[in-house]
Amino acid sequence: MREALEGSQAIARAVALCEPDVVAAYPITPQTHIVENLSKLVADGELHTEFVSVESEFSAASVVLGAAASGARAYTASSSQGVLLMAEVLFNIAGMRIPLVMTVANRAVSAPLNIWNDHADSMAVRDSGWIQLHCENNQEAVDTTIQAFRISQETDLPVMVCMDGFVLTHTMEVIDIPTIAQVRKWLPPFEFKRALDPSDPKSLGALVGPDFFPEVRHSHHAAVTKALPVIEKTDRSWARAFKRGCGGLLTTEGPKDAKIGIIAMGSTVGTLRSGLAKTEDAGVRLIKLRAFRPLPEEALREATRGLDHLIVIDRAISPGLGGILGTEIKAVLYGTPDAPRIHNHAIGLGGRDIPETIVGDLLSAIEDPDATPFSVFDADLTMLPPEDR
Amino acid sequence: MTSVIVGATARPYRSDTMIEYRIHGRGGQGSVAAAYLLASAAFEAGHTCQAFPSFGAERRGAPVTAFVRIDNQPIHLRSQVRTPDFLIVQDDTLLLDRGITDGLKPGGAMIVNSRRSDEDVAEAFSCRTKCIPATELALDYIGRPIPNTALLAAFLTMTGHLPVDALAAALKGRFKGAVLEKNLALVDAVAGMVPAGAWKESEDA
Repeated sequence: MREALEGSQAIARAVALCEPDVVAAYPITPQTHIVENLSKLVADGELHTEFVSVESEFSAASVVLGAAASGARAYTASSSQGVLLMAEVLFNIAGMRIPLVMTVANRAVSAPLNIWNDHADSMAVRDSGWIQLHCENNQEAVDTTIQAFRISQETDLPVMVCMDGFVLTHTMEVIDIPTIAQVRKWLPPFEFKRALDPSDPKSLGALVGPDFFPEVRHSHHAAVTKALPVIEKTDRSWARAFKRGCGGLLTTEGPKDAKIGIIAMGSTVGTLRSGLAKTEDAGVRLIKLRAFRPLPEEALREATRGLDHLIVIDRAISPGLGGILGTEIKAVLYGTPDAPRIHNHAIGLGGRDIPETIVGDLLSAIEDPDATPFSVFDADLTMLPPEDR
Repeated sequence: MTSVIVGATARPYRSDTMIEYRIHGRGGQGSVAAAYLLASAAFEAGHTCQAFPSFGAERRGAPVTAFVRIDNQPIHLRSQVRTPDFLIVQDDTLLLDRGITDGLKPGGAMIVNSRRSDEDVAEAFSCRTKCIPATELALDYIGRPIPNTALLAAFLTMTGHLPVDALAAALKGRFKGAVLEKNLALVDAVAGMVPAGAWKESEDA
């Protein structure tokens, strides 16, 4: 049913529709209303789940790890510092190939203390071996959350649903929430073949020495890569059942013969689309990247074909390197004949508001002879002492 | 811009019909709730909507800003509202900051929770202004100094932008029992106090 809902509330409803056996969360600052709403659904008797209020994010991640390892459908949510506090366990969850779902309400990481939206938190655990899917709007966040449970159990991998903190989590918009009957029909019951079972004892996360560790890593990498077709297939199946999709691995919009492309992840895509619509004859191909891990290399090469210039928008940076997505796209396109020139810009760090007029500025920067291959695009350098510029 | 290369989601996205609001208040006055209520009312009236706070470190009494967009098609833009069509001001001490009307579109208007006269307040600003003693009305009808319901009722009555019934429907989604009844009574009372449709013209412009 279509309703006007706040993003966090909608995500709580979506999680409840998936009927998790265990939800564990610790509301560190900054938080969202997701687990608060889940807790309320449990208290109101609308959701029957083991809701575990733990004492830290580390424990929240540990509880869902243990729960899923014992064969339970498990969910948690976090943000910013909370994700960092979970980091050790997040690597364990992925390393043990435990299927579970987590929402990351993307926010900046301290210091300096900042509670606003960027992608520094999920980027910090980029290499943990989780699937990471980004959402443009709250409808996609709801749909991707439900899809994530199916992707997770089909791949035996944990899935991180990344949605922009505040910009999506605290925004009310019109969202279609599926019915429980629809979700029950579409989402198979949770099954984990390697679940711990006292009648058939086994170990998860045992010591693995150098004699087998590279093989473990190789197979983990292969498993995450093999999730690509599963992500696509799951979204197609969703689209058939619910008459809307989330864009599979990535989507492109704009003229086929475009020479300039812009690629971004998350809610920024909407603002860029709005800005492009107001830019006369922009002739720009807009690429929305949904799957960041696994990174869809083939689809990216296909989506950027024919472009002379590609503007890559990052919402986080790797100090000393520059843009993270930008660097990865360069790697993907390396060796591709006629690959576009990459213009990599970080925007909206720590919640700096992104106006739609930034589109014009980004396009102008292509021709700017003083433009650097990477920039924190909306930083006002005059605010810095000369030695820091 | 409709052709699709990979994946496929082509959508029309140019909008000339969007109306944008900025709500100014102080922490504890229900400014974010006002934004959500207005958006819910728009949804009840069949529109698309988007409402969000200005994401500050909120505390009681501190200035708070919230934003609302209403349209008849999907809303893609996520930035803060910089050029609002209308301002809703929940506390008249916020008018001490003359920048409060920054970006207000030509022909825009401002509704203020104040016991001062419209002329008195309008003098300092170049936009059309309506003052409503919303705190007093809220105390009378609801028993709490939350001005948002009265301001929204006055605003919708004057602009005719959404039927006042839509606000009532939004309130029904948020409140129950006695609190709901008191809010609905307040909506009715305020709707009779302001000139209906007085700001309709700019709405159609």
